[in-house]
Amino acid sequence: MEKIQVEICLGTTCFVMGSSHLQELIELIPKRYNNKVEVSGKPCLGLCSQDCEYSQAPYVKVNNEVVSQATVEKVLKVIEGIIGNNEK
Amino acid sequence: MRNNNSQAVHLKKQILIKIIEAFFSDDYERNTRLIPYQMRPKGSQVPYRCCIYKERAILKDRAIAELGFSIEEHDETVLLSEYAKKALEREKPEKNPLTVLDAACKGCVPSRIYVTDLCQGCVARPCQSVCKFGAISIVDGKSVIDGTKCKNCKQCMQVCPYNAIVKITVPCEDACPVGAIAKGENGLARIDFDACISCGKCVSACPFGAVHEKSQVIDILKHIKNGEKVIALIAPSIVGQFPGNIYQLKTAIKKAGFYDVYEVAQGADVTTKNEACEFEERMKKNEPFMTTSCCAGYNQLIKKHLNEIKPFVSDTLTPMAYIGQIARKKEPNAKLVFISPCVAKRVEVEEDPNVDYLMNFEELGALFVARKIEILNCEEEKFDIESSKQGRGFGVTTGVANAVKDASKNSDCVKPTCVNGLNKDTIKQLKKWAKDGKCEEGNLVEVMCCEGGCVGGNATINSVKIASKAINEFKTKSPHINGVEICKESS
Ligand code: FES
Repeated sequence: MEKIQVEICLGTTCFVMGSSHLQELIELIPKRYNNKVEVSGKPCLGLCSQDCEYSQAPYVKVNNEVVSQATVEKVLKVIEGIIGNNEK
Repeated sequence: MRNNNSQAVHLKKQILIKIIEAFFSDDYERNTRLIPYQMRPKGSQVPYRCCIYKERAILKDRAIAELGFSIEEHDETVLLSEYAKKALEREKPEKNPLTVLDAACKGCVPSRIYVTDLCQGCVARPCQSVCKFGAISIVDGKSVIDGTKCKNCKQCMQVCPYNAIVKITVPCEDACPVGAIAKGENGLARIDFDACISCGKCVSACPFGAVHEKSQVIDILKHIKNGEKVIALIAPSIVGQFPGNIYQLKTAIKKAGFYDVYEVAQGADVTTKNEACEFEERMKKNEPFMTTSCCAGYNQLIKKHLNEIKPFVSDTLTPMAYIGQIARKKEPNAKLVFISPCVAKRVEVEEDPNVDYLMNFEELGALFVARKIEILNCEEEKFDIESSKQGRGFGVTTGVANAVKDASKNSDCVKPTCVNGLNKDTIKQLKKWAKDGKCEEGNLVEVMCCEGGCVGGNATINSVKIASKAINEFKTKSPHINGVEICKESS
């Protein structure tokens, strides 16, 4: 099965708006999901540059699905959703 | 509990970004006035409060604080554009670094002991018999507490077999270590600035984000826009608060309009050296212990509540004071801005002869976002003087005490102990050490107001854990204090 890809935006805007805290996921995800999920920190994903889009930062991409105002809990929920679907 | 990643913090940063954008736009006053309407346009959802008007009113209050004014004295009829103008015109930032947003504060009920619905109206009535103040009576078969008689002793809570009695707390009151904030009769929290030590714990604790720092962002940007030399003095705790490394950060800060950037860790090296000498002398005189003196919250605690400990406190100046001297000497006409993790330093800046302004980490972050500066794309630029690993470790608990130990000639005689965060208990402990004239735990007492050290400051962007890790990694790449150049004149 394809691995689930989690990309945490660590560009300046996202970092300032809260992705600093999402770095926790970089340790947490491999522990929790072994090899099923791959997680990485990325430079600006280019989502913050349009008009006022910083209000929805920080951004995380899970298999290219954009999670806005991302929190650790939100991201984990999206991952769980995908895993649940894959297992069906 | 401290939370620097809440929705309220997110909102605060959004407004800061918008104010800075407005400042650099072609119509600063008008665009500032429009901020609440932009953020909550007609017909938009109302995420937090009862109606869109209340939401806008609170956004306006937040903006006023971020323009540097107190909400307590604010007149509702004055437009935001007027405040924007006044911020630009003022010569000096206002005193008292904090303000409470009335519109946001009304959310919680005054603290008290309260009997919940779980009360079974039992026959034993232990609550009533245990209360020494006769505050509990039975109404309609259930216990009721008379607030005028209750002394908050909590005896009734402990004896109730159903755990039906609870203490309703007010987070800001609970967080304040010195009882300087309280809800008044009108339900609004008020800060008593004679008692306040500006520790910022209420800012972090309020779930409504109702306690705000009064920002000096406009004052600083004004000088930058005028083409004056403005120099950033970055606190050691800045490492880990932004993407990239500190050398890229230096370039990013210059891109944002600053003329130059100094590491406050360089000042920390002076503090370390001087404090190590001072410690040795004090021990030679058989003094029982010495406490550090670099934390601004602790220094205000001493001044306002803990005078008796003064004889044991180091006379050495803070890292900020030393780097202020160094920068002032090199650039007599520049404006010096301390880049800070916390609000307590605002008071120190106000009293410092060299440093002019303070910008906190959140505000610097907002400036990067508003000016679209991508730190990861910035070149690295080194500092003229590389600071030591000891100086660079000042922002994390145990960092200061260990630095002094590392720098002393007789490091075996140094027995560090740390007060990791001021609260009612640790203040009691300090009081006791001062009264007894001895401290069993050690002879060098490091005192940090925030748990975790400066990385736990109210205006930090990252979590304590991740930030401390980043600082420790950076330290290992830095030279030992005995090998770095220390500015001699500043001792
Ligand atoms: S910084 Fe995250 S999308 Fe640009």
